Amino acid sequence: MSNDIFVWIEQFNGQVAGPSWEAIGAARTLSQTLGGQVCACIFGQGVEALAKDAIAYGADKVFLADDPTLADFRLEPYTALMAELARQHQPALILMGATARGRDLGPAVAVDLETGCVADCTALEFQDGQLVATRPIYAGKLLCTCTVPERRPAVFTLRSRAFPKPEPDPSRTGEIIQVAPILKEEDIPSKVTGFQETVGGVNLADAAIIVSGGRGVGGPEGFEPIRELARTLKAAVGASRAAVDAGWIPYEHQVGQTGKTVSPDLYIACGISGAIQHQAGMRTSKVIVAINKDPEAPIFQLARYGIVGDLFKYVPALAEELKKRLGA
Amino acid sequence: MHIVVCTKQTPDSAAKLTVDAAGNVSWGDSPIVINPWDEYAVEEALLIKERLGGNARVTVISMGPEAALEALKHAIAMGADEGIRIWDPIFEGSDTLATSYVLAKAIEKMGDVDLVLFGKSAIDSQTGQIPVEVAYRLGFSPLTYVIKIAELDPAGKTIIAERLLEQGRQVVKAPLPAVVGTIKGINEPRYPSFMGIRKATRAQYPVWSATDIGADPAKVGAAGSGVRWTRIFSPPTREGKAEIIQAETVEETVRILVDKLMAEKVI
Ligand SMILES: Cc1cc2nc3c(=O)[nH]c(=O)nc-3n(C[C@H](O)[C@H](O)[C@H](O)COP(=O)(O)OP(=O)(O)OC[C@H]3O[C@@H](n4cnc5c(N)ncnc54)[C@H](O)[C@@H]3O)c2cc1C
Ligand SMILES: Cc1cc2nc3c(=O)[nH]c(=O)nc-3n(C[C@H](O)[C@H](O)[C@H](O)COP(=O)(O)OP(=O)(O)OC[C@H]3O[C@@H](n4cnc5c(N)ncnc54)[C@H](O)[C@@H]3O)c2cc1C
Repeated sequence: MSNDIFVWIEQFNGQVAGPSWEAIGAARTLSQTLGGQVCACIFGQGVEALAKDAIAYGADKVFLADDPTLADFRLEPYTALMAELARQHQPALILMGATARGRDLGPAVAVDLETGCVADCTALEFQDGQLVATRPIYAGKLLCTCTVPERRPAVFTLRSRAFPKPEPDPSRTGEIIQVAPILKEEDIPSKVTGFQETVGGVNLADAAIIVSGGRGVGGPEGFEPIRELARTLKAAVGASRAAVDAGWIPYEHQVGQTGKTVSPDLYIACGISGAIQHQAGMRTSKVIVAINKDPEAPIFQLARYGIVGDLFKYVPALAEELKKRLGA
Repeated sequence: MHIVVCTKQTPDSAAKLTVDAAGNVSWGDSPIVINPWDEYAVEEALLIKERLGGNARVTVISMGPEAALEALKHAIAMGADEGIRIWDPIFEGSDTLATSYVLAKAIEKMGDVDLVLFGKSAIDSQTGQIPVEVAYRLGFSPLTYVIKIAELDPAGKTIIAERLLEQGRQVVKAPLPAVVGTIKGINEPRYPSFMGIRKATRAQYPVWSATDIGADPAKVGAAGSGVRWTRIFSPPTREGKAEIIQAETVEETVRILVDKLMAEKVI
């Protein structure tokens, strides 16, 4: 076994998912203790350019597989290749973002290699030579620590925005190694036949700022001021389940226990009471602002700043003020 | 068509949780219920059966101690045909590597399974890893995050599913047998009927042991696991109450708020 750390770089249409660079950053920190190299694994079609980016973000080595069979993320070819690379190079750790694709690939690779995969980690730290991961359980109401005491490589998926994104350094150098896929197209039963991108598609999990609306917005048109504020802040739009269930906004926007888990720098909750199931999805946000006309709403227990009043007055005023201040 | 739904029991999502110094979690007098996400999986199995004019069998399975019966009973009360509990004391301490092995062995034993349905994750330990691991072990098509089964052709042995990923909906065509991980939005789970509840109370729930499913003892329980959980604790509590910003006018209030947010460097 080596002391190397593998990081899977997830890309969609050539765009790298935020948590991949965060994972490179985490790997760099861990390699200071482990002493091995940070190896980025990039799979896709027409993705050569990303190898240089991976090195700039902190990779020492890049395994690059560029092939039509890898154009879309599919579990079978990606797992086969990742597991084979791990067998050949024997890394100590494999890290990736806990995105939809990462949460499929990590555990499948772990099964292939008969090792452990710790899900959705929010912190990683060496204690007495053992890597200890912290992860939320019970919808974030509790935390636990997990280890993979014996088996190697140990696999960890990292929650979006839980680890700082490193600053790229274009002067860094590294080695790029071309690798070939393991499976041929005829060996891959799943075929991707279409993709419908989410319109207005800021991805909630990656967003630095989220403006969310709840039942208090009163109807589908009530999301207009929310969207306007979001546009001003280049933010994503979130929603409570009450607003989603009422049919005012699609499920894709729901934050909470049965929706997305988010952790932005700023979360602005408008007309949301702050039910425990909503909190489950947003309580780790760095700064929470609540705008609600009920001073007793539980959201004010969680928020750092609150405005007690009508969202239809304060949300547009806030957007106006920000336009002035941010020059947008 | 034989459809299997995998489910487990969890504390109710509204339960107030406490954890003692030894890391034991308790949920007061809150009930143990079927993992809420799994209701979507059971509902989808029942909808498929109805669409096939009843020409399908729905078996629910759970690996777990006695308490797992709660999940099986709820699924039977909703309308599933049969519930099987898979348990052996040597399964204690299984991580997802070992749990997925046990579930895959049980499904293999059945021999005729076309579709295995799951909820997105269990609301307690919430790894979300079991569905993809079971699929990978069995070599079944791995369809996770499914918001819609657009087409299911038991004769042609194909399935077309829409999967919700961060950037949008991916449409995948894959052969059966398949694993489908359901998410909220795929359907609206029904409530158990009175007749269903009676059926669930009277039903027999066979228990399959490690020997029954032909599981290798080295691959189950703590011995067969890669992951150990070492400590469970409460997160640090938030400061308490929000700083309420209130000035003479709306404009002045939002101006103060923006000052604060800029000072926090979040905008
Ligand atoms: C198993 C389960 C899972 C769940 N999962 C989720 C989940 O994932 N996400 C989620 O959000 N919920 C979830 N819920 C639902 C949750 O319990 C709450 O019902 C829901 O979050 C309430 O949404 P809300 O805050 O928008 O509505 P309400 O609780 O009705 O609150 C509306 C708020 O708007 C305020 N308001 C009204 N008008 C105005 C105005 N003009 N200006 C300012 N404020 C105004 C009111 O004072 C009130 O506080 C779940 C529930 C269960 C049982
Ligand atoms: C505090 C704690 C932390 C843990 N962390 C990890 C970890 O990081 N990595 C790891 O590999 N293991 C971990 N485990 C072990 C893991 O929880 C068990 O393997 C458990 O059986 C799977 O639960 P889950 O919540 O991960 O299921 P999920 O993968 O979240 O559940 C997805 C679907 O699989 C079904 N399912 C899950 N378990 C069963 C079952 N026993 N029988 C039938 N269907 C089932 C669910 O009902 C749901 O439909 C942890 C356990 C604890 C107590």
